[in-house]
Amino acid sequence: MVAQNIAFGIIAVIMVVGALRVVTVNNVVHAALWLVLVLAGAAAQYILLAAEFVAVTQVLVYIGAVMVLFLFGTMLTRAQLGKEKQLNNPTWYFGIPASLLLLGVMILALTSSFGDEKLPTDSELVSTQAISDQIFGPYLLPFWALSFVLLAAIIGAIVLARKD
Amino acid sequence: MLVNQFLILAAVLFCIGVYGVIARRNAVMVLMSIELILNSVNINFLAFALRNGSVDGHVFALYIIAVAAAEVGVGLALVLLVYRNRKSIALDELSEMKG
Amino acid sequence: MFAEASTVAHEALSSGWFLEHAFLIPVIPAVAFALIIFFGKKLPMKGSELGVLSMVASLVFSVGAALQWINRVNGATEEQYIDPVIRSWTWWNSGGFEFGIGQHIDGLSLTILVVVAFISSLVQIYSLEYLRGDRRYTHFFASLTLFSAGMLNMVVAENMIQLILGWEIMGLCSFMLIGHWWEEGANSRAALKAFFTTRTGDIGLLVGTSVLFFSANSWTQEHLGVSGFSIRGLSAWALSGNPGHAAITVGAVALFIACIGKSGQFPLHTWLPDAMAGPTPVSSLLHSSTMVVAGVFLVARLYPVFFEGMNIFGSGVNLITLIGGITIVIAAALAFVQTDIKKVLAYSTVSQLGYMMMGLGAGAWMPAVFHIFTHAFFKACLFLAAGSISHSASHHSFEMKKDMGGLRKFMPITFTTWIISTLALCGVFPFAGFFSKDEIIDNVGHNGYQVFMVVGLVGAFMTAAYMTRATYLTFFGEPRGASAGESHDDHGDAHGEVHGDAHASHGPHESNLLITVPLMILATLALGAGLFNATPFGESWERMTKWVEPRSVVVEDMDHAAVGETRGVPAAIAAGAEAPVGEEPHAAEGEHGGHAKSVCGTSTPEKGICNAPQLQHAPFKWSKAAMSVIIVLVGMLISWLISVQMYTKKSGFFVGLTSRNKLLALGYRFLVNKYYLDHLYEKVFVHGIAHPIAKAAYWVNQNILDGIVNGAGLVARRVAGWVYRNVDQRVVDGAVNGSGAVARGTGNVLRPVQSGKVSQYGALLFAAAAVAGLVLIIVNT
Repeated sequence: MVAQNIAFGIIAVIMVVGALRVVTVNNVVHAALWLVLVLAGAAAQYILLAAEFVAVTQVLVYIGAVMVLFLFGTMLTRAQLGKEKQLNNPTWYFGIPASLLLLGVMILALTSSFGDEKLPTDSELVSTQAISDQIFGPYLLPFWALSFVLLAAIIGAIVLARKD
Repeated sequence: MLVNQFLILAAVLFCIGVYGVIARRNAVMVLMSIELILNSVNINFLAFALRNGSVDGHVFALYIIAVAAAEVGVGLALVLLVYRNRKSIALDELSEMKG
Repeated sequence: MFAEASTVAHEALSSGWFLEHAFLIPVIPAVAFALIIFFGKKLPMKGSELGVLSMVASLVFSVGAALQWINRVNGATEEQYIDPVIRSWTWWNSGGFEFGIGQHIDGLSLTILVVVAFISSLVQIYSLEYLRGDRRYTHFFASLTLFSAGMLNMVVAENMIQLILGWEIMGLCSFMLIGHWWEEGANSRAALKAFFTTRTGDIGLLVGTSVLFFSANSWTQEHLGVSGFSIRGLSAWALSGNPGHAAITVGAVALFIACIGKSGQFPLHTWLPDAMAGPTPVSSLLHSSTMVVAGVFLVARLYPVFFEGMNIFGSGVNLITLIGGITIVIAAALAFVQTDIKKVLAYSTVSQLGYMMMGLGAGAWMPAVFHIFTHAFFKACLFLAAGSISHSASHHSFEMKKDMGGLRKFMPITFTTWIISTLALCGVFPFAGFFSKDEIIDNVGHNGYQVFMVVGLVGAFMTAAYMTRATYLTFFGEPRGASAGESHDDHGDAHGEVHGDAHASHGPHESNLLITVPLMILATLALGAGLFNATPFGESWERMTKWVEPRSVVVEDMDHAAVGETRGVPAAIAAGAEAPVGEEPHAAEGEHGGHAKSVCGTSTPEKGICNAPQLQHAPFKWSKAAMSVIIVLVGMLISWLISVQMYTKKSGFFVGLTSRNKLLALGYRFLVNKYYLDHLYEKVFVHGIAHPIAKAAYWVNQNILDGIVNGAGLVARRVAGWVYRNVDQRVVDGAVNGSGAVARGTGNVLRPVQSGKVSQYGALLFAAAAVAGLVLIIVNT
């Protein structure tokens, strides 16, 4: 299990650094690229967590589609792609105590409730079939609701972005 | 592997995302921070799915990915619209909600 | 005397279609509400016909169910339990708990169902004329119909969740209806005040329901197979001897706080008179005969819980009697200084609700429920008569001193119905109020609450006096102000334009048939409804006692406990129901058929379950009744003489007495300021509690935060402002200041909070979430 722990550590460090860069760099395109790194790291973590299908979906949807959307959005709304000064709020420092407080509370809660509990090591990869059995079985209703959400999002995005 | 190493990683990502939402002025950047938050939730779901030996966490992680895609689509459309009307996507200038 | 009965003990109880489908009674107006909202404006009568039709249909269903219930009781043996007709369906599941919805139909719910459907029908017919041409005519009928649906739903409720649903629908509708003419600031303030005050009480409802649920659930699941929300389950649980004393007391007190808010009991009665800002039909329906009765109904519905929780036969005083007794007297005293006819009636309602509460608190269950029944008729009639006066005589003014007087010549029908209802309210024999109110006073004394019997008699005296004063000011003497045909520009006829005032220019005249017919029907009932339970005429006249009062017999739960969806709950009979009046409860007859008859409410049944406590009934004595009637008549006479001296002859002694005598002046000022309760809520609670907190917060912000975050001065102060105003505002709501500060505040006060800066909202949101999480961790470790 040492190998897995080492893998986790490396990926986790990359993710945290990437996430910090996402929220601190002064360039929108760079931020988007850092975000790609974080999302890829998340996909790798999913594989460590025996979630193959979700990891693949993460790569396809997030890194493939969502990031392209972000880059398009950036290009359509900003004339310049380079650095700029005004990416932060004048009151940005409010975020530091709020998020640190939140982090402290969560870590406190997590360590006190899970402590040294270990994940099962003998578990198999969850097969795509098992997931689809769940989605089209007990979770069919949310799946339908989600379909409507996607439909509404498509229509909404078209209506909002349309020029007339 | 401990449960906590995944949960704490998720917590750290979540808080970084929260910081981004609060601190960022550019609407696209705020959307990116929200993606960080959603991903941290997904890590939690999958960690618990593994811990409890259940598939439900995977299902919800997939749903979250789908909802996030929809959210980004609509969010960026909104940003475009705002940009078209105001030539700016700085959130602190959007204070029409002021009562 | 029950020897024969025992051999045929468990005859099958008859039922019927209406009884089995009583859950349809609230569904009809609820559907009608939706239809009115969506299609009302397109209909020929703008949706009002749907409202009236749905209420009439509900009335037909209720009466049908009531007749079948009577049939059921008559078909049962003398001491059989009359199982309520209970049906239940799963509404939703959550976290392993099942929440049901259904019906719990017994004598009590049918009584209230018939009354509510009946009064609602008449009020809707009356409103056809009263609100003719109103700007929001359709919405008015929609809200009125939804209100009735809420009340009916609460009454048929099978469990507490369903009851809360109906309760809150009523709260919402009363807000909409009181504020119906919201263009006038006072009306919307009154609506807010009513809403916030009742919401304050509702905290108690939620707390009480939760406490009872978590204490009772395992017992009810085991013994009855129902959840701890079920009304039947809670009743049986309360009497099982199982509940710990603390749990049931806390539950009962919390629920009673909700009743205080809803039923306008002291000290949360301040909203009810202000609620008279609504249209008169609203006052008549909501604030006299139905909605405010909800609190009383809740106590009667869950009577075993209160019986055990408040230790009703155990001592000479308990919270319910105390609050009821205080309410009777202070509300009656306030009625003397009112010049607005509707406010007199409002305080009278508060006072009468005090009677009901006091009766329930002292173990006089049946008289209190019967008082709900009779009071609904005569109070609705009085309100509608007041509305008729303002509609046709005084140009929408309700000021007795300024705009009324001498109206008996112009409005004979209104006058007659008013007089009948007034006599009924005062409790003069043989009007309806006599049979219920006198019974309450009598039973309260009989059950060992002598102090409160005196309070009741004092209240009866005061009732007679203030009603005579109001009658005199309205109908006798010379017409004044608008009634005399004076121009009414000066008293700002605010809803003249709202209100299609086609007939304002005529002098006083009788209202048309749509108004007078409901008045006459109600007056007839004010005259005759007492005969439904005329204790003075002997046992055979005590029909309501037989039909309505639950029988307190021990049921062997194995008989009924096979888990099924429609199990009847054994209801219970009080010994007094079938015994000759005046006999003491039958401790000796408890041996019948293995059932110990009278243990319910006094000790734990060894086997089986109880569903209602054993109650006592006071023997009727003409001498006692004569005494209270004489007190009432004396009150009327004195009040009449003083009124003549004061208002017509302007006798030098009485006019201006309150300004000459210092003591009287003090008392008068005290009353006019409503015991300074509103001041208390505003000055003490708001200024005394909220402001120091706000100041401290402000100080912290000024001196500490500013020091730490040097450059953030502006924002820190903004947060300080947020704390300052939000705490202020919260406590304002909490302390039910209502009138002044809510309206003054909302706009101005919240403006700085709404900076419109999304990022600040976000920071506050997440920080608050973190703090809440921290609190949770601390609480749990």
